[in-house]
Amino acid sequence: MSNYRRISDIQADIRSGKTNCVQLVKSYIARIEENKHLNAFLEVWAEEALEKAAVIDQKFKSGTPGHLAGAVIALKDNLAYKGHKVSAASNILQGFESVFTATAVQRLLDEDAIILGRTNCDEFAMGASNENSAFGPVRNAIDPERVPGGSSGGSAVAVQAHLVHASLGSDTGGSIRQPAAFCGLFGLKPTYGLISRWGLLAYASSFDQIGPLTHSLEDNILLTEIMAGPDEQDATVSDRPAPQYHANQSAGKYTFAVMRQAIEHPGLDANVKSETESLIKSLIDQGHTVTYFDFEYLDYLVPTYYVLTTAEASSNLSRYSGLLYGHRSQHAKDLESTFTLSRSEGFGEEVKRRIMLGTFVLSSDYYDAYYSKAQKVRRIIQNKTREVLSGADAILIPTTSTPAFKLGEKSKDPIAMYLADLFTVQANIAGNCAISIPVAKTATGLPLGMQLMCGDFEEQKLFDVSSEILRICNS
Amino acid sequence: MSTEFEAVIGLEIHIQLLTESKAFSSDSTAYGQMPNTQVSAVSLGHPGTLPKHNRHAVELAMKMGLALQCGITRINRYARKNYFYADLPKGYQITQFDTPLCTGGFVSIKPKSGEPKQVRLIRIHMEEDTGKSMHDQDLEDSLIDYNRAGTPLIEVVTEPDIRTGEEAYAFVTEIRRLVRYLDICDGNMEEGSLRCDANISIRPKGTSAFGTKVEVKNMNSISNVKRAIDFEIKRQTEVLQNGGVVIGETRGFNGLNGSTFSMRRKELVNDYRYFPEPDLPPLTLTDKDIEAVKHSMPELPEALFNRFHQELGLSEYDAAVLTDDKTTAMYFNHLIQCTSNYKAAANWVNVAIKGYLNENAVGMESFPLQPEKIADIISVIDQNIVSHSAAAQHLFPAMIANPHATAVELIEKLNLAQDADTDTIENLIAEVLSRFPEKVQEYKNGKTGLLGLFVGEVMKASKGKADPRKTNEQVRKMLDA
Repeated sequence: MSNYRRISDIQADIRSGKTNCVQLVKSYIARIEENKHLNAFLEVWAEEALEKAAVIDQKFKSGTPGHLAGAVIALKDNLAYKGHKVSAASNILQGFESVFTATAVQRLLDEDAIILGRTNCDEFAMGASNENSAFGPVRNAIDPERVPGGSSGGSAVAVQAHLVHASLGSDTGGSIRQPAAFCGLFGLKPTYGLISRWGLLAYASSFDQIGPLTHSLEDNILLTEIMAGPDEQDATVSDRPAPQYHANQSAGKYTFAVMRQAIEHPGLDANVKSETESLIKSLIDQGHTVTYFDFEYLDYLVPTYYVLTTAEASSNLSRYSGLLYGHRSQHAKDLESTFTLSRSEGFGEEVKRRIMLGTFVLSSDYYDAYYSKAQKVRRIIQNKTREVLSGADAILIPTTSTPAFKLGEKSKDPIAMYLADLFTVQANIAGNCAISIPVAKTATGLPLGMQLMCGDFEEQKLFDVSSEILRICNS
Repeated sequence: MSTEFEAVIGLEIHIQLLTESKAFSSDSTAYGQMPNTQVSAVSLGHPGTLPKHNRHAVELAMKMGLALQCGITRINRYARKNYFYADLPKGYQITQFDTPLCTGGFVSIKPKSGEPKQVRLIRIHMEEDTGKSMHDQDLEDSLIDYNRAGTPLIEVVTEPDIRTGEEAYAFVTEIRRLVRYLDICDGNMEEGSLRCDANISIRPKGTSAFGTKVEVKNMNSISNVKRAIDFEIKRQTEVLQNGGVVIGETRGFNGLNGSTFSMRRKELVNDYRYFPEPDLPPLTLTDKDIEAVKHSMPELPEALFNRFHQELGLSEYDAAVLTDDKTTAMYFNHLIQCTSNYKAAANWVNVAIKGYLNENAVGMESFPLQPEKIADIISVIDQNIVSHSAAAQHLFPAMIANPHATAVELIEKLNLAQDADTDTIENLIAEVLSRFPEKVQEYKNGKTGLLGLFVGEVMKASKGKADPRKTNEQVRKMLDA
């Protein structure tokens, strides 16, 4: 099987008889088997995927395939799919099966996508290296000693290693973009409110968004378009009509705003720095405008992010109490110990750390000092981001300050790990859209990602700008 | 001399709104279904579920606020109240914290004893109900029914304006009457659709500082609210008089012996960690929204009372009885569209119909006659076709037995037509007077009060068919002759 980069190529090959869905699914299943050491999948739904594949092959013959026919897709293990297990890579959801399907997943199914399985991730999407999973770390397919990034690490590696064609992840502070950068993929964090969160196991409700991880920009656009749009199950989704994007190949002239503090950051890896500088130079050479802006709030991004997301998480994760579903402690004697023991046994270290932090910042004595203040800073960051984007088409900064780091390198130091999100949390705090696109590789072959940010619901512009950057990088 | 104490009481009333679906999901709110059948993934707090606004619940809540002269909040934010309990599936309750839907307002009460007064409100906010824990259904385990989880509630919080159990009784009665008038809640305290918690403290009369507050819960009827408060006032007074201190705590009420008992100390209460509910954007209400709700509101008891009393000229008593419950008021309101004899109409409703309802132990909603039929009765009396007493004793029961017949048909059938023939009445009078010669003499000697006796006997002899007014005249004429 060739390593497809675009769904349209798969569909062309199916139409010309070179392959079919059943064949594709079989080869993906074989590859998953060969790549078990990557630990990308928590569960593979082989049988039903093959059945579905046969149905879709029939649809190709009868001439009625959906827009995603031929696309084999994996779900991050925090997306609800009726009749299927979902665990957020946590022991607390042991044995839990969802009774409904996430809106985003349903929209893919409605277009004939084949769902092959659920992928490993950081527990409850809390992590930047995929080392926080209750089911072991995921490994980067380029170098299995390195992390794939997180928290959507399994989703990224599943695509990177061609174990599926594309996958869904969720992005609360960079959980799609950072693994996309580490694995050489396209990863979109849509504008908050573009895609319904119904069926996404919440980490931090006002930050979480579902998005695609793909080999091509074209596929990223297609999947986003299909998932986007109003949904009465999610009151935070925008009611603007479902967008229709076009893959813009024409080269317009754009203004890029570059954050000075980011490219001058002392923690910036030399590879990342030189790639960014050479890209900026190419942009100028190609007639684009590059401006620099000061972002005096860079040091406040990560603290703001952690105060607010852990506050929401401490509440969102209260439902995992051992009472109605999931893990219930065998040692519980009464209601109180059912709660405390089930939660103590069921949650991993990082999740507990964030629940504790979130509980603390919401407690009545510290609410004003932390939560209220962080809300105010969030507003300031939102305003500043909007201001910059009102004078430029896109903000350009590296997705990460370094390429994929080694397993264990940061896992003992939460603060170092938290700083891995430094460049990505801004878009979640402000709510605007952001994408990581693969622009280069280090000498040792590690992928590097460039991040572009546009304003709220400016995905079309984000895609246009991205395709222009790709054109420049490939020329 | 022992100090005289006064009680300071604030009430919190939870009112379940009569919506078809839950506060933040489309699950049904039907009461009395099998446990855990009115639940979906949302009610059970399954991972990945999200709340959504229920506009109907907000409209019902606004009705209450508008009825109580509250200010209506335009930008309504929701909040999460976090705590762990078995009947709270999500581990938090969606409620309102810093932007309650209604602020201020008041309730006018007329306690049985004591002066009428206005009890001021602090706020009315919207929230969702919890499930129901049942600790007495199984020997070893507690059972939980989540049907109620997510049912829309409003919580009415008063200023500490109430001083006695009697006033609290009047307050809850008035709230119940209002929610029934507004048709936003069935007001059933036994089933828990209306629930009341009381915060009670006492202080030496004439002082202004508050004493230590005790919260009493689980009072499942209005009279129990009064009993619990009376008990608690007495208990706290005795504690203080004996040199003790009142402990800040939550107490339950035991309906069997009318006492309260300690449930938990206040210092152990949760820090609820309220914060804005990130899953629900603020709900914005416009002037237009508020106007629309205003227009959909029925006439309220106070307005009806004033109309019945002032415009129709009914007595305060009659107007009060007629507006006590909505069904009766609406029945009467319909009745006066069919007759202009308002006093007779009030009498028929307050005497004959009330009597029938009491005898049969049913409510006004089960009364079988349409208001048109009562108007029909009033009309045949006013036309002197039948006497009032014949109508009350014979026609009314006959109409109830034949709700489709007209008054005239039944009068004919039962031969109730009033005998206007003067000769017949004179014969009857003569017959009666001849039976009581001594009484006649006494009357002639000045004991004119005996007139009623003769009239009564004549009416009896006519089987109620004689016109009482005419009979009265004729008896006097014949006695004075």
